[in-house]
Amino acid sequence: MVGRTNTTKKKVSTNWEYSAAPESTDHISLMSNYDLFIAGKFTKPKEGTYFNSINPANETNIAKVASAGKADVNKAVAAAKVAYENVWKKMDPSQRGKYIYRIARLIQERAREFAVIETLDCGKPIRESRDIDIPLAAAHFFYYAGWADKLDYAFPGRKTKPIGVAGQIIPWNFPLLMAAWKIAPALATGNTVVLKPAETTPLTALKLAEIIQDADLPPGVVNIVTGDGSTGEYLVNHSKVDKIAFTGSTEVGKSIIRALAGSSKKYTLELGGKAANIIFEDAPIDQAVEGIINSIFFNQGHVCCAGSRLYVQESVSKEIISKLKSRMENLILGDPLDKNTDIGAINSKTQLEKIQMYLDIGVDEGSTIYQSTCTIPKKGYWCAPTLFTDMSQSHRLVQEEIFGPVLVIQTFRTIDEVIAKANNTPYGLSGGVWTDKGSKIFKISKDIRAGVIWANTFNKFDPTSPFGGYKESGMGREGGLEGLLPYVNLY
Amino acid sequence: MTQSLHINKTYKLYIDGKFLRTESGRYIKWTDPKKNMPIINFCRGSRKDFRNAVVAARSAFKAWSGRSAYNRGQIFYRIAEMLEGRKEQFKSELILQGFTKKQSEKEVALSINRIVYYAGWADKYQQLFSRVNPVSSPYYNFSTPEPTGVVAVIAPDHSCLLGFLSVVVPAVVGGNTVVVLASESYPLCGITFAEVLHSSDVPGGVINIMSGRYNELIEQFSSHMDVNAIIYCAVDSGHASVVEKNTALNVKRAVNYADQNWINPDAQGPYHIMKSQEIKTSWHPIGY
Repeated sequence: MVGRTNTTKKKVSTNWEYSAAPESTDHISLMSNYDLFIAGKFTKPKEGTYFNSINPANETNIAKVASAGKADVNKAVAAAKVAYENVWKKMDPSQRGKYIYRIARLIQERAREFAVIETLDCGKPIRESRDIDIPLAAAHFFYYAGWADKLDYAFPGRKTKPIGVAGQIIPWNFPLLMAAWKIAPALATGNTVVLKPAETTPLTALKLAEIIQDADLPPGVVNIVTGDGSTGEYLVNHSKVDKIAFTGSTEVGKSIIRALAGSSKKYTLELGGKAANIIFEDAPIDQAVEGIINSIFFNQGHVCCAGSRLYVQESVSKEIISKLKSRMENLILGDPLDKNTDIGAINSKTQLEKIQMYLDIGVDEGSTIYQSTCTIPKKGYWCAPTLFTDMSQSHRLVQEEIFGPVLVIQTFRTIDEVIAKANNTPYGLSGGVWTDKGSKIFKISKDIRAGVIWANTFNKFDPTSPFGGYKESGMGREGGLEGLLPYVNLY
Repeated sequence: MTQSLHINKTYKLYIDGKFLRTESGRYIKWTDPKKNMPIINFCRGSRKDFRNAVVAARSAFKAWSGRSAYNRGQIFYRIAEMLEGRKEQFKSELILQGFTKKQSEKEVALSINRIVYYAGWADKYQQLFSRVNPVSSPYYNFSTPEPTGVVAVIAPDHSCLLGFLSVVVPAVVGGNTVVVLASESYPLCGITFAEVLHSSDVPGGVINIMSGRYNELIEQFSSHMDVNAIIYCAVDSGHASVVEKNTALNVKRAVNYADQNWINPDAQGPYHIMKSQEIKTSWHPIGY
């Protein structure tokens, strides 16, 4: 009995915090300086300028990266052209495929290293880079590798020809994955590539260059030029580039259309979004709440297809919003390398300032803001998960893409009303619907003018599944059989 | 019996299922190339006419794209029937515009064939271009084509009937609604094709037809913010540049058929339908 008394007297801890569970970084190899990857070799930039790639979670420099000027871009395009004419377009497609399989395998083998570097460079939680970004990047190479010698079956009644040199410009939200989305279909169809990674997240693309060397890919088939927007402009305007593939903001996408007007260059664009996520009263509420969290807070909301506009049927809006707030309180914001972290760092200072500007606009326009009460680390760029209520269609936060962990909530009564509201946007990338009724799912997915519709789920991706927008969210598809089309001429 | 005096036809725009004069009150005098006689006063359609036509096309879009594929096919077959019945009219219009008898016979026969050809595609291209995607997670995932929306069409200048139909029909069979600018050099068959449509069960607003000045209207056709795509045949790269710059305003899809020969076999096919289609992918969980 004595022992029992002792037990009840022992003070029970009320601290339910998770212990730190950081992913180790001792196994990664990073150089302090990265040059441009041109014609199979790391090459110094002509003007000799470098910029820092920093870790947005603690503002430390990770590595210096070369800034490609016009002469460097010219050199990369020339290398791609030579590789295209002399090697890649002539190669037996089955051998081309085998090179791409090699890349897929090498990414799989070094997946953890890539995940850690991705997290260091862009601030996303290791859980996401480890379980989503890197495995999906490998899967994309694996999927398109198999297409290389099967293109005659892809387009009934037509055969395919490669286009030539593809200039590819990718964003900072999924750096390696976007590189894979761009490079894999281009190579499979016989094109060569000059890739321009985002200025703030160039490292995994440069690590991919190492893999491309290890895979013994013929020199010049893939070239990687790092730099800021001006590097991208040189690429877009280069007369020997036959095709431009761009993922990024609608604003830059429009400037690319203008730059290419009157040229014979083909282009595909994957631009911004402002997706509606629609919750009906007959939805499985708890699953829907989890789905809303995933739709907007995945990757700190740095997702073009994020479900940034929430439409909740009036009868369940109180319940949903209250559950949403309590779920938000349980999101762990902090060290992206910690395996328990849900919300990582905002990718850059510029992006954080943009998000903060929108938070101010939301408050100024009279909406009600709610932010989870998490502790914000002292260094680095952070934004607490945020939601806004008391919104109407005309609010700027409802109309404009924020690209951060900011959800705007409106309610609705009828299905026709919510379809009208959901479509009342210049964007059309994605949409979500939560209901227990199959016929309602099909009604919504038919009437929402967007390229991807998730029913009772959100933010799912797969190499076999085409992705891309309607209206101002872009043109062309990436992924799946449709993803071959931007890289071929049919005859 | 005295000889009956010929009655001249008044040529109008065709907007929202109605034959209308241009709101601008302007006209283009068109001269018979052989006799050098003024024979027709066409409407010189205005920017305002175009905007009205876009409103009509937008209003008609939901119902038209919601029609069953079978029904759209039936309507296009009906259009072919009506054109067959009016063969002589279109032949004589072609001859009036300077074509030989033989050329005009060929043009009309190919035109009827083209409509029948696409009528048959109405419920088949979706099967050819839809797929179930084998995603590696427990979801049922499929992709299907859907119409882009309202399409502005500038019909080919030198193929006033066959070319006109070759750009309009695939877009509309695919569920889009269109506003078409008929050939400026040979306006007759494009503008009178409205008479065929009017007796063919095509709902008003689905196909709107204008006549007018290419140079004047190209700006409006390519820059309108409620037009989702433009199909045109650039006269030169300068025109292509103007159109493509304007498409940046709302990321309009642009299809340029500058070098297309409308008699060639590659002038028809399901890939022409797909030029004004979007691919939509849906994800559904598999579970209980």
